[in-house]
Amino acid sequence: MDFAFLATQMVSGFSLATLLFLNASGLTLIFGVGRIFNFAHGSFYMLGAYFGYQVSAVWGLPFWPAILVAGAAAGIVGSASEYLFLRRIYGRPHEGGFQILLTYCLILIFDDLVKMIWGSEYKSIAKPPGFLGAVQVGDVFIPTYNLAIIAVGLLVVLAAWWILSRTRAGRIARASAVDREILGCLGVNVPLTLTVVFGLATALGGMTGALAAPLRSVTPGAGIEIIIDSLIVVVLGGMGNFWGAWFGAILLGEVNAFAVAFVPEWSSLFSYIVMVLTLIFRPEGLFAPARIRKA
Amino acid sequence: MDLPRRYKFGLLWTAGLLVFALVPLLMTSRYQMNLAGHILVWGLFAVSFNMLWGVTGMLSFGQALYYGIGAYSVGLLVTRVGAAWFFPALGIGLATAALISLLVGLLVIRMTGVYFTMLTLAFAQLAYQVTLKWRDLTGGDDGIQGIIPPGLLADKTFYYYVVLAVVFFSIWVLKRMAYSPFGLVLRCIQQNPERVRFIGRSVRMNQLRIYVISSLFAAAAGALMAGMDSSIHPDMLYWTTSGEVILMSVLGGINRFFGPFIGAIVLILLEDVIGAKTEFWPIVIGSVILVIVILFPRGVVGEAQHLWSRFRGDSSQRSPA
Amino acid sequence: MNALLRVEQLRKAFGGLKVTDEVSFSIRPQEIAAIIGPNGAGKTTLFNQITGQLPPDGGRIRFEEVDLVGRSPQDIVRLGIGRSFQIASIFPDESVRDNLLAACLSRLNQTRRLWRPYTSHLQAGEEAMAILASLGLESQANRPAYELAHGDQKLLDIGIALALRPKLLLMDEPTAGMSPEERQRTRTLIKKLWQEYRLTLVFIEHDMDMVFGIAERIFVLNHGRLIAEGAPESIRANRDVITAYLGEETG
Ligand SMILES: Nc1ncnc2c1ncn2[C@@H]1O[C@H](COP(=O)(O)OP(=O)(O)OP(=O)(O)O)[C@@H](O)[C@H]1O
Ligand SMILES: [Mg+2]
Repeated sequence: MDFAFLATQMVSGFSLATLLFLNASGLTLIFGVGRIFNFAHGSFYMLGAYFGYQVSAVWGLPFWPAILVAGAAAGIVGSASEYLFLRRIYGRPHEGGFQILLTYCLILIFDDLVKMIWGSEYKSIAKPPGFLGAVQVGDVFIPTYNLAIIAVGLLVVLAAWWILSRTRAGRIARASAVDREILGCLGVNVPLTLTVVFGLATALGGMTGALAAPLRSVTPGAGIEIIIDSLIVVVLGGMGNFWGAWFGAILLGEVNAFAVAFVPEWSSLFSYIVMVLTLIFRPEGLFAPARIRKA
Repeated sequence: MDLPRRYKFGLLWTAGLLVFALVPLLMTSRYQMNLAGHILVWGLFAVSFNMLWGVTGMLSFGQALYYGIGAYSVGLLVTRVGAAWFFPALGIGLATAALISLLVGLLVIRMTGVYFTMLTLAFAQLAYQVTLKWRDLTGGDDGIQGIIPPGLLADKTFYYYVVLAVVFFSIWVLKRMAYSPFGLVLRCIQQNPERVRFIGRSVRMNQLRIYVISSLFAAAAGALMAGMDSSIHPDMLYWTTSGEVILMSVLGGINRFFGPFIGAIVLILLEDVIGAKTEFWPIVIGSVILVIVILFPRGVVGEAQHLWSRFRGDSSQRSPA
Repeated sequence: MNALLRVEQLRKAFGGLKVTDEVSFSIRPQEIAAIIGPNGAGKTTLFNQITGQLPPDGGRIRFEEVDLVGRSPQDIVRLGIGRSFQIASIFPDESVRDNLLAACLSRLNQTRRLWRPYTSHLQAGEEAMAILASLGLESQANRPAYELAHGDQKLLDIGIALALRPKLLLMDEPTAGMSPEERQRTRTLIKKLWQEYRLTLVFIEHDMDMVFGIAERIFVLNHGRLIAEGAPESIRANRDVITAYLGEETG
């Protein structure tokens, strides 16, 4: 096995990891702040991809603005869903189960809406001009678009780090033990915060979907695979644990990239295998103290 | 009419049995009998699932795994080894489901809440992927066709009555269980797991027990379905199958033993009517359940009973969960 | 002297906060003792360690010469330690009778049965009714527990613990949140239960009438340390206690 091949897989693993991380951090964000588990998070990823397709391939907006528009649109749909539906079940007994149910309904609805609007064929977005080729390092070719994804990921990580450690909102979000009552006691307008944070989280998901679209074709129903991958990331890293999720994403991204290279036929199994092994040997997650996961 | 509960239940039970028993005699088309058979099998699947969720509070999103194990055990053995293997296959399916649910259960019951739900989902998806990819054994996404049970069972009407008997018997067993001391402990676990430990019972042990039991009945439902439709498909293990029983339970009401069964009737009939008119069935059911979750959390049966008791001025109703 | 429960050099800290600081004491069979101390003194945490909910950082807990440290709550309950909680811990959707039945069936080791209806177990039924009678909750038997008044929920919690026929019963603030009349009733009731069921009873309480009215011995916790123990008269006279605790209470 030559070095160039390994390095190429490595980079492709990193860009996959970045996508996983971006998506999973949306999932973690709304769970950390509002104790809301958004089972439909993957559907917002899918919506983002379709919005991106609509805006760039159909309406002809340049790629990068289109990504932002797609993210924003997904975020608006997200906020609306929270405002119209989710907030009606807060505080119920067994709220967790109802959250899953309600967001499950959203998956069914969004999947079908997407089919109604865009049909069920594959859709793809062209890579932006300037990111079509590859850079050569030694005898390793690295697609520039993959590098761009990694760069976007790093940017988001830096921004997130800044928000989490330097702003009041971030510090509140980071105290992952917060629940809605405590937020209320801190003088936060809780309903508004939840709507906004839900919007942000889903916008992150939507933007990730649009970013991923040039690499992985978009289909209705893509949401569920993504949510499971994101969940595995979160299981590896620990829910609400931002950095843990990053490591979890890198681990999963690399495992997937090499699985695709060596055993393409069975590659879809590897995420699950990593998860099962983690559960057997480190049930408390690779990076999180056990306490956090009992939410 | 103020019959004691026991008689009321017996009446309903007999009425239900009669209705389903009359289906092959009254309905002329095989299609309608098949529909009734589907209701029975899904009803069993949903009721067994609700022992986990409605009773114990464990929302599994992966019961399709065991449903699939039952279906593929029968499908594989009957088509590869011989029709005579139908009953042994049923037994092997149940044994496999017991073993796998024990192993998976040991891993997933260490988690609570959302983690539990998502891990059960992940395990079922793992099984789905294996079924899809292991073409040599399972036929991949072609599934397996031509599963003809042996002897008399090959006759669709006879098979229907066997399904009827097995389903009613299984549901009766589950009902006894729900009102046994074990069932009481399960309900207590849902309401206050900490207190359960402080009456000297292990929460995990009992959760594991009901996880295995529920999975056994899911496997039985899958096995029955394989013989009824004569064909199986990896979609039986897909997450939407697990979702289906969840929807049935919510529709009917998770706090009533028969809620999920009623939910199965409603959902399958609706799907039959609406699904025939539009391919966008999921959006319809998604919206219906959304409304139910937000406005009528008790489900059809629970809401009806609630109205009835309000009408009679009786306040001793259990709270909506 | 043979103690029923013996706690030796028990230690527990949350981060830097020592909530149990080298606590040693023992409880004699059949006695009725109170644990008092200001809010946050570490009383509930002490119970949590005895009952296996929280692992201590160090020290030993022996019950009838069995080491409790490292055992699960359900094991400890089955060894004979019952517990009621500061915030009533009941099964809200079950009827009052079924709450007690669950505990009785558990004690009788019947909870693995999955065939006969739980309501048809005669002995459990009788025991549950007997406890309902001792608590004076007969008229509420068929109501779902969540409908009960707060005070009755606390009683039900105690009833669930009693149904386990514990040798040692730990009660965490049995009268918390009750009205003065309810307190009065509960005080009499607890004393009666202690005699009727020949219990060894340790209760945490802020209500001083109750503490000095029925406890034979009193333990005083402050900042995780046991600062005094003894008969009510000696505690009343103890300077440390007065400054640490009673001073604030009596003005
Ligand atoms: N799980 C925990 N993690 C961190 N700190 C804790 C935990 N449980 C209790 N504490 C802290 O330990 C201290 C003792 O708590 P504890 O509940 O034992 O007090 P208490 O004596 O029962 O008080 P009260 O009379 O108010 O019930 C308190 O400062 C509390 O905040
Ligand atoms: Mg306390």
